[in-house]
Amino acid sequence: MQYSITSLAKQALRGHQGWPEAFRHPEPQKQYDVVIIGGGGHGLATAYYLAKNHGITNVAVLEKGWIGSGNTGRNTTIVRSNYLLNSEIPLLEWSLKLWEGLSAELNYNVMFSQRGVLDIFHTDGQRDEAVRRGNAMIMNGVDAVMLNRQQVLEMMPLVDENNGRFPVLGGLLQPRAGNARHDAVVWGYARAADRLGVDIIQNCEVTGFERDADGRMTGVETSRGRIGAGKVAVAVAGHTSQVMQMAGIRLPVESHKLQAFVSEAVKPCVDTVATFGVGHLYISQSDKGGLVFGGMLDGYNSFAQRGNLPIVEDVAEAMMMFLPSLGRVRLLRHWAGVVDMTMDGSPYICKTPVEGLYLNGGWNYTGFKAIPGAAWCFAHTVANDAPHKFNAPFHLDRFAEGRPVDATGGGPFPNHH
Amino acid sequence: MRIPCPLCGDRPLEEFTYRGDATVTRPAAAAPMEAWVDYVYLRDNPKGPHREHWRHAQGCGSWLVVDRNTVTHEITQAAQARPAGEVQR
Repeated sequence: MQYSITSLAKQALRGHQGWPEAFRHPEPQKQYDVVIIGGGGHGLATAYYLAKNHGITNVAVLEKGWIGSGNTGRNTTIVRSNYLLNSEIPLLEWSLKLWEGLSAELNYNVMFSQRGVLDIFHTDGQRDEAVRRGNAMIMNGVDAVMLNRQQVLEMMPLVDENNGRFPVLGGLLQPRAGNARHDAVVWGYARAADRLGVDIIQNCEVTGFERDADGRMTGVETSRGRIGAGKVAVAVAGHTSQVMQMAGIRLPVESHKLQAFVSEAVKPCVDTVATFGVGHLYISQSDKGGLVFGGMLDGYNSFAQRGNLPIVEDVAEAMMMFLPSLGRVRLLRHWAGVVDMTMDGSPYICKTPVEGLYLNGGWNYTGFKAIPGAAWCFAHTVANDAPHKFNAPFHLDRFAEGRPVDATGGGPFPNHH
Repeated sequence: MRIPCPLCGDRPLEEFTYRGDATVTRPAAAAPMEAWVDYVYLRDNPKGPHREHWRHAQGCGSWLVVDRNTVTHEITQAAQARPAGEVQR
């Protein structure tokens, strides 16, 4: 069913009892042209672009839990392309452009809201860095605006302007950035892919790979039996090392956890996405009124989807420095997502040493915003057996070749990116 | 999470800094490039028991080898990275 004002009116007259399911729940077939492991935003979007852009519709998406139960449902929903390096900006900017048309393209409201992302700085050094980053963005055709102190305080009136230790000097604003409804992105891509013939198979965990005598991928073993596959595409953020290990591949990845927090609902008071340049704190306000915010990684390898208390304290301290009037607002919940941290802070969207096996992973903190663009490039890579120019820098061999994509210059320490 | 420092006893997480996998070993200077790429970049990243380096930075300053489970965060052992007798003089 096409969602429209007409279908809404019809269903309203029937008391909303006649809405069909948004996507099917098929039994797995014996053989697919492409099997995608991971039913998060990246996996579902990859299936959609394989079908839509490349005409490959005999595709299955295998999800061990329910779709969107991993990091797509656990992030802080920020979408931006305010990056530094010429190798990373085109991919993220292409993703942002796809976001701008996504609700119309999917016929599903992903609630993409271009409320801007504002990075506030407090020292001369941070201002230099912001100018450099803004110029890099403008030279790549991305929107970037430098705001002075007064403009920042007008945009964010709750910011503590009297902080003597960390005065607000200004901010770097990307007006086209913003956020989106994370679940809607999953459901929208699932429905759109399903309408093009893709099978979405939930509660189906991949337990092994099947390869022929030449080592080429021929299928996967799953908790619901063997499924044959011409090609296998992996998009399983958090557990990328575990899945790729089944194919005998060791990766430049460590799994870490990143916490996020939601406060009780309050009246609208933060109408942008703001970052506090002193500690590591970013905050936005959801449509329901909850303040959504987060901070640094917990800092050590972990697969536990729960956060530690020192980071809670750290984030709370930063919040009191940044927006002290929120000190009495109560925390509603907090959680952690398991993220693939890589050796240079950049992802992998590439072929692998195993023929017929493709990888989209290593997204560090940046997976959600990248869903449309990365999946678009990943589908291109799988369909053509070669990368698109946007994802060409993001291959596994870049470390051996001495070409890491390391915007922070953090070096091979995943917990420093 | 509390880490049992062999010199200071149980101490809270905030006193420690994390370095990473303690099982990778530095190859000889003349080792082939593949061995160096392996050492610097590739990790097993196990889901379960993990042997890792921590430093008691806000305490005694010791480098520790800690056996910790990456799912439950249970710590089964914490030892000094190098026994005192092996320190080069």
